[in-house]
Order: sequence, then C-alpha cells, then structure tokens
Amino acid sequence: MAATLKDATAIVGIGQTAFAKQLPQSEKELACRAILAALDDAGIDPSEVDAFSSYTMEETDEVEVAKGIGAGDVTFFSKIGYGGGGSCATVGHLAAAVATGQASVGVAWRSRKRGSGPRPWKNTAVQLPTPGQWTRPFGLLRPADEIGMLARRYMHEYGATRDHLFNVAMACRNRANENPAAMMYERPLTREMYMTARMISDPLCLFDNCLETDGALACVIVSAERARDCRQKPVYVHSVAQGLPSQHHGMVNYWNDDPLSGPAWTAARHLWKQADFGPQDVDVAQIYDAFTPLIPLSLEGYGFCGRGEGAAFTEGGALEMGGRLPINTGGGGLSEAYVHGFNLINEGVKQLRGISTAQVPDAATCLVTAGEGVPTSAILLRA
Amino acid sequence: MTTQTTTTTTSADELLLPVPDEDGAPFWEYAAQGELRIQACAAPDCGKLRFPPRPCCPHCRSFDSEWRRMSGRGRIWSYVRPHPPLLPAYAAQAPYNVILVELADAPQIRLVGNLVTSADAPLDSMDPARLRIGARVQVVFTETGGIAVPRWVLEKS
Repeated sequence: MAATLKDATAIVGIGQTAFAKQLPQSEKELACRAILAALDDAGIDPSEVDAFSSYTMEETDEVEVAKGIGAGDVTFFSKIGYGGGGSCATVGHLAAAVATGQASVGVAWRSRKRGSGPRPWKNTAVQLPTPGQWTRPFGLLRPADEIGMLARRYMHEYGATRDHLFNVAMACRNRANENPAAMMYERPLTREMYMTARMISDPLCLFDNCLETDGALACVIVSAERARDCRQKPVYVHSVAQGLPSQHHGMVNYWNDDPLSGPAWTAARHLWKQADFGPQDVDVAQIYDAFTPLIPLSLEGYGFCGRGEGAAFTEGGALEMGGRLPINTGGGGLSEAYVHGFNLINEGVKQLRGISTAQVPDAATCLVTAGEGVPTSAILLRA
Repeated sequence: MTTQTTTTTTSADELLLPVPDEDGAPFWEYAAQGELRIQACAAPDCGKLRFPPRPCCPHCRSFDSEWRRMSGRGRIWSYVRPHPPLLPAYAAQAPYNVILVELADAPQIRLVGNLVTSADAPLDSMDPARLRIGARVQVVFTETGGIAVPRWVLEKS
C-alpha cells in the first residue's frame, strides 16, 4: 500500500467568531472572519489557500469564500452531507487532498446562524418525502423527537436513567463555565435545575438539547512537512474515518436490525484500524453532543466501554476534569455553542496545543467525533 | 430512491399529510382500503420484507416486489412525548405521544405512529400512564385531508 494519511498532515491554524444567540453579521461574513482568523493563527497568507471543505448544509459556498478572503487558484473543494455528521470529514477530505498532492493549504469551515435563523420544524409548507412520509405526519417533527425515541429504548434496555443524561449535561456545562467564549460561561447548572426543567421530547428535557447558536469556525490543514514551519505547534491528523453503516436510515434509524448501534461503530472500526493507539490511550475526547444520549451511544461505538455500558461510564465524574475521559472541554454543543460540531474540532486542537480553558495536563491524543445517529465521521488528533 | 421535494400547502391548524414517494405510494393506497401492507421481495427464493419501501431487495437484489398484508398487531418498541415548540397543529394537541411499533408478523419492521383511544381520537387522547414499552397494539385507520393514516389502539385482551 502506498500513501497513508497517518500523521501526514496537521492542523496549524484555528479561528472562530463570537458565539451568540444573535450576531449582526451574515453567515458569509462570519465564515470569512473565522477563516481569516485561522489563517492568521497559522501565519499563512490567504492567497496560498488552494483547498476548501465544508458541509452540504453550509450556505456560503467555496466560490464566495474564496473570493471573499482573496484565495489563489483553488484545486480541491468538497462538501460533506448529513448535517453534523460532516464535521470531522471536512478535515479528513482536506487531509487526503493535501497528502496526495491535490492541494497544499486547506481550509475547513462552518458558519451558521441558527440562534437567530430559521429552524426546519417551523416550516409548514415544505415536506420531504422518504423518510418524512413515515415519521412527520405522526408528529415526530424535530431531531429531539427522533433521538428521544432511541434514548427511551436505550434507557429501557440498559437501565440508563435521567441521572446519567444529567452527568453528560453537567460535564459539558462545567467546562463551559470555565470558557469565556462559551454561551454558558458563568451560567452553572444544578441537578435540581435539570430534573425540574421543562420537557422538550420526553424523555429529553431542555438541558438534553444543544444550544442553537450564531457563529463560525475554521481550521487550516497543511502537510506535516509544511507544518513544521508554521507559527503554531502542529496538531497531527492521525486517523480519519467516515461511517455509513449497512442498512442505516439516518436520524430515524429505526428500521434496521439494531437501531442502537449507530454510525459511530462503523466509523470507529476504521478509525482504530488506521491508528497507532486505541481508546485506552485517548487523553481527552470531543464527542458530538447535539443531545445528551449521543454521548453514551458514542462511548460504546468508539470502544471506551462495552455495549450497553455507556450510561454507567458517565458515573463517578468520569467525564469531568481528572476523570477517566474528560469530554467536550470547551463546553461542547450543549454548553459552548452548537455550530454543527466544528467547535469540537478546534477544541481538540487547543487541548493538544495545551491552551484549552480546561486543559487536560499533558494531553497528547484527542478523539473528535461528528454527529452520531446520522452518517458520521471522526478524527484522531495527536500532538 | 426518489429525491424530489414535494410541496404541499398545509394550513397552520392541520396536521402534516404524508407526501408519498413512488416507492411508498402503495402503502398509502392500501391504507385507504384499511389494509396494513408491507413491501416484500417477490423473488421465489427470497420473499423478505423490507421497510421503508425501495425499488430493489437488499438481500437478493431482485427488483420484483409485492405488498404483503400484515395482521396489524404489534408491540410498542419505544415512544416519546413531544412538548412545544412544535408546528401549530401539533402544539395544539401537545404533549401527545409518538410510538414506534414493531409488527407482530415481522418484529424487524417498525412503524412510527400514535397511540390513541380510537381511530379518529386526537393525538393526546390516550392517558400517558398507559404508554409502556412492550404494550400490545392494533392498527386502525383514520382519514385526514383525504389520506388514510394508520393509528394504533391498545389491543383488547
């Protein structure tokens, strides 16, 4: 076998805008600001950018972004489908492009105004066919409803409780309380608040849901060789995987043999196969948390514990600082910002640079995952 | 898979209507006759059921299919109770239940639906205390906006 992606490329720049319920700038402007900040962080001139990757749900396309930042000739661009499932694959596609010589400076980004913008379930006029015809007429309208269905079954099958989901919400909130850029900075959460919160889709309450946010983030990927000359300490892209399991149906994954083993399992198998280390060697993890139940499901999928053990894994402060696996150290989608998981990528880079607001001492390896429950992706980063 | 987006005009006080695609259309046609039918492979050596419907059998890759009548009995595999913010017609009946039913004839086939006290009763008609994973249910059909939609009632024991 010839080329391998293992440590062939590195993330050398990260950038972000403010996170807020409402920002005055357009998504296009936010995208350009985050990208320019990431390039400045890397010490690379925007005219050197020749590759772009983002999500299919990103509304500012690469043509606009390239014009806006003054990129040179672009020789690689890609977009990844399935909403939050695309986050880590943007880095993966750029790593592949750079490692195989299709481009030299790649920018991945996500810009989103969902704090102040429209939400799909408010749209009464347009319905999607398959699989919407099988779910939406019955009032299964929102992602929270769709994941709540899996969560209820998971709780029933494995004895998971709302206290386990609270452990997840609490770990993310505690980290956000330490992160001045987070939406939930200085806004502590208590068990009392969680247990008495209004329900969104029972069994999921308000605090089981991520924060709809306005904001943008970006990162810059170059070859490992080039990375050595950049301004920042390189964070190597060690392993990359996407995951679309056999007979998977997307968020409403109720129609295969085993709805509780989602795309994380598929992505994980490939991710670990390509890596020099395993789950036991991960110092810190940034796990996609649009909803709290995605954490136990992902802990199982990525091999941190056995099937059905994800809820119990969250006990005893395991996800907190100093615990078995500190997660979402910037606050995650639940408490830092929900920008389709891109903040998890940048937080992973911060940990391996040693500059997180909730720094895991000597963190050298980090798992970052994309949306679970939809065709997904993941990356392993190493210092 | 058909990927066209269909636009329907639904007023704020109406529940969403199913928008059948080419593969799903027979399901709704049989529902209009009060029958719950699931697509099955029509290849002689296969015959496996599949849901959601699609042109090709994932087991034997045959493009021949038929629609097999189900007994209409099943068990609740899971459920949620959505609370607002929701589309107006749903908010008006919230909190209601959405259940996932595994069919007695084919437990791997699971249908999203609502547990109600009778076919035409509102989505919130069932006492939430009676929602239970494993509860036995029976399909009924109700007409909404000219389309027959399956709903579920508790099976009489």
